[in-house]
Amino acid sequence: MPPEILMPALSPTMEEGKLAKWHVKVGDRVNSGDVIAEIETDKATMEVEAVDEGVVSNILVPEGTEGVKVNTAIATLAGDDEPKPKSGGNGASAAPPAPTPLPKATPAPAKAEAKSPASASAPAAPPPAPLAADPAIPAGTEVHTITVREALREAMAEEMRRDPNVFLMGEEVAQYQGAYKISQGLLEEFGPKRVIDTPITEQGFAGLGVGAAFGGLRPIVEFMTFNFAMQAIDQIVNSAAKTLYMSGGQMGCPIVFRGPNGAAARVAAQHSQNYASWYAHVPGLKVVAPYFAADAKGLLKAAIRDPNPVIFLENEICYGRSFEVPKLDDYVVPLGKARVVREGTDVTLVSFSITMGIIIQAAEALEAAGISAELIDLRSLRPLDIATVVESVKKTNRVVVVEEGWPVCGISSEVATQVMEQAFDYLDAPVARVTGKDVPMPYAANLEKLALPSLDEVVAAAKAVCYRN
Amino acid sequence: MAKAASAPRANGTPAAKPSKQELLGYYRTMLLIRRFEEKAGQLYGMGLIGGFCHLYIGQEAVVVGVQAALSEGDKVITAYRDHGHMLSTGMDPAGVMAELTGRSGGYSKGKGGSMHMFSREKNFFGGHGIVGAQVPIGTGLAFANLYRGTDRVCTTYFGDGAANQGQVYESFNMAELWKLPVIYVIENNQYAMGTSVERSSAETHLFKRGSSFNIPGEQVDGMDVLAVKAAADKAVKWCREGNGPIILEMKTYRYRGHSMSDPAKYRTREEVDQYREKRDPIDHLRATLVERKLATEEELKELDKEIRGIVNHAAEFAQTSPEPDPAELWTEVVH
Ligand SMILES: Cc1ncc(C[n+]2csc(CCOP(=O)(O)OP(=O)(O)O)c2C)c(N)n1
Ligand SMILES: [Mg+2]
Repeated sequence: MPPEILMPALSPTMEEGKLAKWHVKVGDRVNSGDVIAEIETDKATMEVEAVDEGVVSNILVPEGTEGVKVNTAIATLAGDDEPKPKSGGNGASAAPPAPTPLPKATPAPAKAEAKSPASASAPAAPPPAPLAADPAIPAGTEVHTITVREALREAMAEEMRRDPNVFLMGEEVAQYQGAYKISQGLLEEFGPKRVIDTPITEQGFAGLGVGAAFGGLRPIVEFMTFNFAMQAIDQIVNSAAKTLYMSGGQMGCPIVFRGPNGAAARVAAQHSQNYASWYAHVPGLKVVAPYFAADAKGLLKAAIRDPNPVIFLENEICYGRSFEVPKLDDYVVPLGKARVVREGTDVTLVSFSITMGIIIQAAEALEAAGISAELIDLRSLRPLDIATVVESVKKTNRVVVVEEGWPVCGISSEVATQVMEQAFDYLDAPVARVTGKDVPMPYAANLEKLALPSLDEVVAAAKAVCYRN
Repeated sequence: MAKAASAPRANGTPAAKPSKQELLGYYRTMLLIRRFEEKAGQLYGMGLIGGFCHLYIGQEAVVVGVQAALSEGDKVITAYRDHGHMLSTGMDPAGVMAELTGRSGGYSKGKGGSMHMFSREKNFFGGHGIVGAQVPIGTGLAFANLYRGTDRVCTTYFGDGAANQGQVYESFNMAELWKLPVIYVIENNQYAMGTSVERSSAETHLFKRGSSFNIPGEQVDGMDVLAVKAAADKAVKWCREGNGPIILEMKTYRYRGHSMSDPAKYRTREEVDQYREKRDPIDHLRATLVERKLATEEELKELDKEIRGIVNHAAEFAQTSPEPDPAELWTEVVH
C-alpha cells in the first residue's frame, strides 16, 4: 500500500482544519522534513512537513478545502524503495515496513475527551440549558456571546483604558500575543511600556510586580500557567499577602496574579496541578476562579480595581468556551459572592471553575432521574461565600461539593467543614465530595481520565446523599 | 549543500582526529534522533501523542557530541526537550516512543509522557517540565558523585531561556564553591518559545554567565558535532581533575516550533532555511564522511534504511503496547 499522508492534528484539541496550500504537486519528490502543505486552524497557520520520502502520486484533498478532519488521507506517496527493518538488530522482529502506520492498529487514545466529560468535543460549551439569570444584571440588558478568552481580554483592555497605572507583564504576553492568546492585541493598543514580555524568571517578575504595586502601580502579572507560579509563591505569600498586616496597614499591594490553573489535556503531573486550595489558605490574598465568561470579565475588572493581591485562577480548557456576556459599559462583579446558577429542591451541587461544566450536566442527568439539583458557582474562594451555600442547604438538606483539585485540605474540605459548623441541623446526609484523585496527574489517556472528577461520580454522589441508588 | 568541516576545532585547539568508527557512530545517532523526532511529529499529528511534544530536530549535534565525551557512570539531566538525550544515552527507542503514546511499555509505564522520562540504568535523570528546575538537581547529582569519591561528572543541559532563572545562579555559586564536577551545557537555540535571546537577556553571551562565580565558559558551534565533541572532551577532563564546574554554551537552532502547537511566526522562513540548508549538522557530517572517503553513498543509504527500520519498529511498538492498567493510577505515589 502506498504511504498516505494524513491530515495532522496540530494541537491536542484540533479536530479539523483548512488545507490552505499545497507546496508540492503530483510527481514531485519529497524528502523528510520538506514543507509540503500549509494548514489553518482557528488559532494559527502551520506548515506540514513530510515524514516519509517518495514521489507524490496523488493529491486527495485540493488546496482551499475547509473542515478537513484530522487523520483523513490528503495525499499518497509512491515510496520508491521501502525501508525494511534489519532482522536481529535493534529493529527487532519482522515489523512490517509500513512507513506510515495507520491509527487503526489500536484505538487512538481519546484526546479532548480524555479531559473530562465537560470538555468533550470542545470548543462547544456544554448546553447552558435552564440556568438562572444573574440577578445582578438588570433585566432586559443586551447580551452577546463571546469566549472566556475574549471576556478576559476585554476586562484587561477596559481597565487599562480606565487607569494608566494598570499594566500587564509576563512570559510571551506581548509580541507572541500570549501563550494562550489572552492578551492578543493588547501590545498593539497599549504599547510596550504597558504590555511587557519578561524573561523566564517567575520569582523575579512576581517580586518586581509586588514592588511596583508598593510603588503605586497596579500590575497584572500573568503566569503562563499557575504551575510556574510555584517558582514565585514565596513572593506571593510572604511579600504580597502579608505586608499590609506587617506594616500596620500602611503598605497595600494592589496586584493581580492571573493565568490558567489546573489540568489541561495530557500535559502530565508537573503541568496539571490545581492550586485553588493553596492560595485560598492564605490570609491577605483574595482568590477568584470563575467559570462563565460574564464572571471572568466582571471579576477580573473587580480584581484589578481591588486594593489587595488577588489570585485569579483561569482554566485553559475553558478559554474557548462561549457564553453570554452583558453588553454594559462597565460590568463589574463583586469579589466574594457565590451565585446560584440553577434553582432546585432536592440536593445542592457546589463547585467552581471547570467542574461547573460537570455539575451542569449532572443536574440534567439527575432531573431525568427525578432529582432536582440546585447549582452553586462559588466564583470566589477567598473570601468564601458560605452564606449562599448554607441558604441552599437549608432548602435541600443535602450537598455535594465538586472540585478538580486533590481532596486533602481541599476547597471541598473547607466547604464541608463550614456547612457542618453552620447548617448541621439541616443536613439529612453527610456532605459528599467528588474531587481529583489523590495522585500526581498521569500522562496516559486512560489514567488521566480516571484521575479527574467525572459526571458519573457526581451523579452517583448526588444519588447517594438522596439515598437513591 | 553543506561543506565538509575542516579540521575540528574548539577554541582554536585542534582536537585529536576521531576515528572512522567514531564518526560513523555520531552520524548514526544524529540520524536516529532526526528520524525518531520526525516520526514522533507524525504520531502527534495522528492524535496518538498528546499534550506537549518538543522536538529536538536541528540540535542533534549538541547531545551527540557531548555524550560521546562521557563514559560509564557519568550522569545526564535535561529539561522537556529530551528525546535526543535519551536516545543518545542508549535508551531503547521503542520504550521512549511508547512513553510518548502513554502506553505501559514506555519508560515511565505511560505515567510521565514526553517531558518526564527517566532511566536509572542509563544514568538519565530526566526529563523535567519546569524551566530551570533541572539545574540545581544536576548540581546535586554532581555533589553525590564527589561525596562518594568518584570522578564521575554530571552533564546538566538547559536552554537559553532557562538561563534566566534564579536557581541557575544559586547552583553556579554552590558548584564553584564546592568544586562540583558538573558540566553546564547551555543549549542556546536562540529562542525560548517566541522570545529571542536578545529580547530576554542583558548579557547574550551565555558562556559568560558564570564569570562572577569564576566558572570558566566557552562558546561552541553546536551545529558541528566535532567541535562539540572536542569542547566536551576538555570539559570532562576539567571536571574529572577536580577543577569544579564548567559552562559550555552551544550555539544551535531548533527547526520546528517550540512544541507541536507553536506556529513559530516570530522568525522568518529564511532564517530557518539558513540553518536547515547551510548548517545542518547531519548533512555536514555526511559530507565529511563522503569527502574523506570514510563511507560510500551506498553504505550511508543502507544505514538510513536500518535507522528507519528501528524507528518504524518503535512506532509500531508504541501503538500496540497496551494502555497502562487502571490500577496503575494508584501505584508508586509513595514507596
Ligand atoms: C518555570 C517555568 N516557566 C515557564 C514554563 C513554560 N515554558 C516551557 S518551555 C519554555 C521556554 C524555554 O526555553 P529554553 O530554555 O530556551 O529551552 P528550549 O525550549 O529552547 O529548548 C517556557 C517559557 C515552564 N515550563 N516552566
Ligand atoms: Mg531556547
